[in-house]
Order: sequence, then C-alpha cells, then structure tokens
Amino acid sequence: MNPETLLGDTVIDAVSAVFMVVGALMSLGAAIGLLRFPDLMSRMHAATKPQVLGLFLLLFALGLQLRTWWAWPVLVVAWLFQLLTVPVSAHMVGRAGYRTKHLHPELLSSDELEAVVQQAAGKRGFDDENPAGFNPDDAGSPDRRGRLDGGPGAGSA
Amino acid sequence: MMQLVLTVTAVVLSLAAAGAIIRIAIGPSLLDRVLAADVLLAIFGAALCIDMAVNRHLNNLMLLVALSIIGFVGSVTVARFVADRRESVRES
Repeated sequence: MNPETLLGDTVIDAVSAVFMVVGALMSLGAAIGLLRFPDLMSRMHAATKPQVLGLFLLLFALGLQLRTWWAWPVLVVAWLFQLLTVPVSAHMVGRAGYRTKHLHPELLSSDELEAVVQQAAGKRGFDDENPAGFNPDDAGSPDRRGRLDGGPGAGSA
Repeated sequence: MMQLVLTVTAVVLSLAAAGAIIRIAIGPSLLDRVLAADVLLAIFGAALCIDMAVNRHLNNLMLLVALSIIGFVGSVTVARFVADRRESVRES
C-alpha cells in the first residue's frame, strides 16, 4: 500500500472516531438534560439531540468506516426515517404535556397556544350557560368532538 | 484507535443510559418517563451504530430502523391516552 492511501485511511479513521465520540456525547448530553431541566418542555429539548444529530454523526461515521458507496443511500434512508418520525412523536408528547399542564408557564418565552385555548374556553363557557341548547344530534359534530378530544377541559379528566 | 474509541463511547453511553433510567425511575409524570424511554431507545440505537462502525458490518441497520418505529409508535400511543392524575399542578 502506498503512503498516500495509508494517510487517507488514517484521516478517515480519525474523522469517524471524532464523529463517534461526539455522537455518543450527544446521548450523554440528553441524559444530563433529562436529569437537570425543570419541566417537560425543556427536557424534550434535550431529548432530541441523540435522536437527530447524534444519529446523523454515528451513521456518518459508519459510512466512513465501511468505505463503500452503496451503503450511503441506506444510511441516508435510515436517518430520514428518524427525521420524519421524531417531530411527530415530539409534537404529540408536547401537546399532551400542554393539555395536562406539565409546564411552568413562567419559563415560556411565548405561549402561542394560549390564545386558542382561551377562545375555546370562552366558547365552552357560553355553551355551559345554555344547557337547554344542547342538541343530542349535534354530539358527533366536529366542534363537539374536538372539545372532547382535547379541549381545555381534558386536563381535569 | 478503534479500540480506544469503543472504550470511550461504551463508558459515555453507559453513563447516558444510567441517566435516562434514573429519569424513568423518578418520573415524576408519565410523559417524563415516555420521553426518557425514547432517549434510552436512542442510546441503544447509538450503541448499535457504534458496533456496526467498529466492526464494519451492516447487520444491525434493520434493527436500528425497527427501534425508531418502536419509539415512534410507543410515544405517540402513550401521549394520545395520557391523563392528568396529579393532585397539584406544581409537582413537576
């Protein structure tokens, strides 16, 4: 083997070693964040690190170590799959956390959901004042179903 | 060098898994536990990746994808059916 390929080999090894160590440190950062942050929302912020950036670094290191071209599309697909599913589950967890009041409102820099919740609560209050206006046929309407699913009253269930 | 990397990452990932397990144990709410379980799954995925990279094979790749499906389905399901049973809102 000539010295140039040997040098290239060492460089690739070094880069992938750095990526592997940094990717593992992402997991450690997530664990420290889980233990130290005060509420669910900030813990969610820490939890995303190994799921997206950590996995990217480790798959990149894996592709470098394999030293083939055909493996890269598979690795990209694996990462894209994670990239598509993680925001959906984080959205669901965050939504459930907001509904069940697992947050410290004073720590939020902006609460864009609050106006919507206030509006829905106002609408519900109007309905509650007119129980006679309740129409059984209306029970399956999107408006009512939306309220049963997760209106502001869901937190007290 | 790969042996050194393997040792370092094994130590780091073990500490991370210990932290996630502690968070699963102390809670305090169901959503915190779900989140910590998700992180634990991500740590397992990282361990699989490092095993593949150090030993230069692709045997665990399908396991990695399956792991992310499990994490996704699990957290979405639990988040969908979670309910607040705490006495005081200020617990967490």
